[in-house]
Amino acid sequence: MKRMLLVALVLTLALAFVAALASAMLELGPVAVDLRAPVAAHLAESGVTHPVTAVLLNYRGYDTLLEIAVLLLALLAILAVVGEAPAPPSRAAHPVLQALARLAAPLMIVVAVYLLWAGAFRPGGAFQAGAVLAAAAVLLHLVGLLPGWSRPRLGLRIGLAAGFALFLAVAAGLLTQGSLLQYPPAAAGVLILLIESGLTVSLALILAGLLLFLSREEEA
Amino acid sequence: MTFAFDLLLALSLVWSAWRTLATPRLDRAIVLFIVFGLLMSLAWARLAAPDIGLAEAAIGAGLTGALLLDAYGVLRRRRAEP
Repeated sequence: MKRMLLVALVLTLALAFVAALASAMLELGPVAVDLRAPVAAHLAESGVTHPVTAVLLNYRGYDTLLEIAVLLLALLAILAVVGEAPAPPSRAAHPVLQALARLAAPLMIVVAVYLLWAGAFRPGGAFQAGAVLAAAAVLLHLVGLLPGWSRPRLGLRIGLAAGFALFLAVAAGLLTQGSLLQYPPAAAGVLILLIESGLTVSLALILAGLLLFLSREEEA
Repeated sequence: MTFAFDLLLALSLVWSAWRTLATPRLDRAIVLFIVFGLLMSLAWARLAAPDIGLAEAAIGAGLTGALLLDAYGVLRRRRAEP
């Protein structure tokens, strides 16, 4: 009996909460700040024609710079925690699965490059391209074609940090011209493509590293 | 027609989210989480936000799903060892 009462009480509270949320949603006023018009008005000077990319890499480039820094920091924390164990030999998967992965990986690389290029004028961009590249690496690892990473060698270290370092270098270079990450309109398109290419490589390595550095512990 | 699709999408989102939390088996929960992520990316596409849809499909469903499955594999092996 007591239990039933408790359940009824919890249910009533939950329903009241849902009702309060629904009423709050219905009473939402007009948006206080509407940035769509300014974004559209300055799109011509941003160097790209897709508004989302313009916001991510031009108007709010600062946020993207910190985002890649956070991801890099996360991977460094993982490396610090897992230490430096030798990589276990990867187990080979079924041959059909391996053949499929061999077919899919080049296609995924093409898709990633397309997404990177398309980011300037339609949905796409560095994050999606990097994620697709990382997924290709994870796929190859899962079927046993790509061994787990034991310790980051110099090339891998440079690759992991390249995107952030490039972004930071561009930001610092622009700082001498005026303010942080304020591209001159004439060079904005090239600079954004340069930053996005670096970001794609680093993001792919970081996201793949989340799995490939961790999975070496499997056989321990 | 689109309304029916949206309604079906919304219902299946809530259903897969509930099943993800309620299912007692970890492996099923992970697969349902991936299903939820893919449905979510469809929902973003329907909300005219294909950028977020792409990111959700690649990171939310793909990489997170792979990480969770890998973690589940390690957990199961550890449980089998002692």
